[in-house]
Amino acid sequence: MKKIVFSISFSIIITLSLQAQIAVKADKIYTSAGEPVNNGIVLIRNGKIEKIGNSGSVKIPSGYTVYEAKFVTPGLVDARSEVGLSGDLNIPTDQDQLEKSNPIQPELRAVDAYNPDDTLVGYLRINGVTTIHTGHGIGALVSGQTMVVKTKPGLIDAVTLVPVEMLAMSLGNSVESNYNSPGTSAKEIAMLRTELIKAQAYQLKTDTTKDDGKKPARDLKMEMLGKLLKGELKALIYANKSTEIISAIRLAKEFNLKLVLESAAEAYRLIDEIKKSGAEIIVHATMARPYGDMENMTMENAAILTKAGIPVSIESGFEGYVPKTRVVLFEAAVAAANGMPWEEALKAVTINPAKLLGLDKKIGSIEKGKDADIVLYDGDPFEYTTHVCKVIIDGQLVANNCNQ
Amino acid sequence: MKRFLFKIFFALSVFGITTIGYAQERPVVIKGALIYTVSGKPIEKGVLIVQNGKITAVGDANIPAPADAQVIDASGKVIIPGIVDTHSHIGGPAGGDNSSPLNPEVRVLDAVNPESSGFRKALAGGITTVNIMPGSGHLMSGQTIYVKLRESNTVEGMLELNEKGVYGGMKMANGTNSMRGSNGFPGTRAKSAALDRELFLKAVEYKRKTDSAKGNPAKMPERDLKMEALAEVLAGKRIVHFHTHKMNDVLTVLRLQKEFGFRVILHHVSEAWKVIDEIAKAGVPCSIINIDAPGGKLEAMNVSPKNCGLLERAGVAVAIHTDDPITDSRFLLRSAAIAIREGMSRGKALEALTLAGAKMLDLGSKIGSIENGKDADFVILSGDPFSTYTHVEQTWVEGKKRFDRNNPADKLYAIGGYKVYTPENEADAIHHNEWNDDDDDK
Repeated sequence: MKKIVFSISFSIIITLSLQAQIAVKADKIYTSAGEPVNNGIVLIRNGKIEKIGNSGSVKIPSGYTVYEAKFVTPGLVDARSEVGLSGDLNIPTDQDQLEKSNPIQPELRAVDAYNPDDTLVGYLRINGVTTIHTGHGIGALVSGQTMVVKTKPGLIDAVTLVPVEMLAMSLGNSVESNYNSPGTSAKEIAMLRTELIKAQAYQLKTDTTKDDGKKPARDLKMEMLGKLLKGELKALIYANKSTEIISAIRLAKEFNLKLVLESAAEAYRLIDEIKKSGAEIIVHATMARPYGDMENMTMENAAILTKAGIPVSIESGFEGYVPKTRVVLFEAAVAAANGMPWEEALKAVTINPAKLLGLDKKIGSIEKGKDADIVLYDGDPFEYTTHVCKVIIDGQLVANNCNQ
Repeated sequence: MKRFLFKIFFALSVFGITTIGYAQERPVVIKGALIYTVSGKPIEKGVLIVQNGKITAVGDANIPAPADAQVIDASGKVIIPGIVDTHSHIGGPAGGDNSSPLNPEVRVLDAVNPESSGFRKALAGGITTVNIMPGSGHLMSGQTIYVKLRESNTVEGMLELNEKGVYGGMKMANGTNSMRGSNGFPGTRAKSAALDRELFLKAVEYKRKTDSAKGNPAKMPERDLKMEALAEVLAGKRIVHFHTHKMNDVLTVLRLQKEFGFRVILHHVSEAWKVIDEIAKAGVPCSIINIDAPGGKLEAMNVSPKNCGLLERAGVAVAIHTDDPITDSRFLLRSAAIAIREGMSRGKALEALTLAGAKMLDLGSKIGSIENGKDADFVILSGDPFSTYTHVEQTWVEGKKRFDRNNPADKLYAIGGYKVYTPENEADAIHHNEWNDDDDDK
């Protein structure tokens, strides 16, 4: 059944002109940039949003293909996924998100692993997720680099927005279960500090040596950690227990890292500490299972942080079994049902992650000039029974699920 | 005291005496809600009266309330029957071990922890009856138990004896989970079926001997725990709950069922959509799981969320289950909503959560709908059963309120929080597994 849906999607893509001009009409358009627009129209031209407004102010020029919907949102942005590296089959040959030879491998590039043809990429696409921040996984102190891609079909260069986005790091049992060492929390931090101090020395030597011939030999690991130390890359640290979150904050403070806390199941217990640290935060899937390091999670985590004035993005995160990925649309919906104001929940999967990724000039809201990433629904986007009917990425119709 | 009464009640039920009475309790009248009875039409601004653990009346606002009743105003709320989860692993039901692929004598009765927080979590999801199953890492991992989520510190206090006089089924599985290839476990699908058939052939012979003994102890064969359980299966008393995903595995189940004549429920049935006609023709019910994305497991790659709707239209009885921890007990209503999104009717989706599952457990005469004389198992919802924004407000089991979202301690079981849940074996197995699913289900 799913295959049929996919093949329909593909055949539509092939027959569409790349320069299609589209008008999307909807009863309500949630833009993630101000008030919703009732009886709204979005005009799309050459892959960008040309105009957005109500039907009184925006007229549809001739030659535009018109699509109608009850509700419209911006294309959804998944703040953190491993889709494309952690394949759908879940067999050793399609699991490329975690390399277990060494717990610190910042040199591993996501672009050398990402598979845009993975079934799960297509699955996210037909469910309205148009951009994913994906890459190396949880489970190593530094597992590698992350990247940002559009979920539209295409070869890797054509779908990549940012080839190197952050360094993926983890603390806690998720690391200790994969390596002989570190085997304790203290050792985890000691190993990270040791590498970062080496990187500081490498960086200093590189920066202060004027003679190119005398600069230290290139070291891929040190170069990436250097970018982390300079703030050119953010440190994405997976930490769930309160002790792990505090450790991440302590480490970031010592090395002046730009910290993004990932998952952060016990963040609701550390509101003041997180605020003071200035860390950004990506909260676990609302329906994640409350086991292991996440045993103390609450579905209200995102709501509590939002209420405290901390901008929240919601991730699909990593799934090791069934289902092999989550869909941020569904996770935001459940957050909205558990204390998160409706439009804040939508922002947590649109404009907030766009800002976190430094891409809010391009994606994350329906505003003039931004990429034409748009999702059309036949009802309240967060209702369980609502269908994602059409998905548009860069002005191309990439999913047409409702047979309209 | 209540537990004591239940124990007596249970003990007497086992011996076929069903006339034990409670001391007369004060009746409870819940009025003003939209009541989905499942067995009949929805009742707007309905009245539900319960007493001594049973439903004593249900109807419109004209039903007279007993004078001494405790009255609960549920105006604006929605009432549905207590949810029946036909496939769950809450309570830590480890069954067979690595020593053998066929474990008909193993009872999860001897494993389940009645103090498990999983039961509180299930109540928070509106679940009142559960088929607790051992995992799918064996061809036959053991005897399941049917429990009511009543308050009890013994498993016996939770067991629910069904119309066939048993309180559980037999868990079987085919496909990859049980194909371990060592310790006598099969390494192929054909060997899996051959091992099943050899065991059933022995059971047929054992049953023939016991039947022909006609109760004469001198003629009875020697006691054999494996054979005793399988004789119940062959007699149609103990139903087989068969984990199966791929279409060829589904057809193998139907072939075995036809050969030996046992009663079977197909569980998960990821590729049901490929063999709808064959399933319908066999007249075998399906217990289905809905998940949010494909993948994670080769044999479930082709799962379709449309299975429920397709089976419904083919006339197949459908229940929807959690397979907790694969999906969470708190989201079983959501799983049915997904079935609706993908083509199932609202009526059948609600039935799939309640009466259809009750019938699959041979408990349809006692639970699964809101009818006079049935157990007072029901859920008060804040709104439409299939809306994202609806919460389970109260869950009642046999006339006792077992979950109340207004109680902050209870609410924690619905949303989670610091030190709310205690770890369970099965849950840990899921969380820590790499991709080896020996001990996992789904």
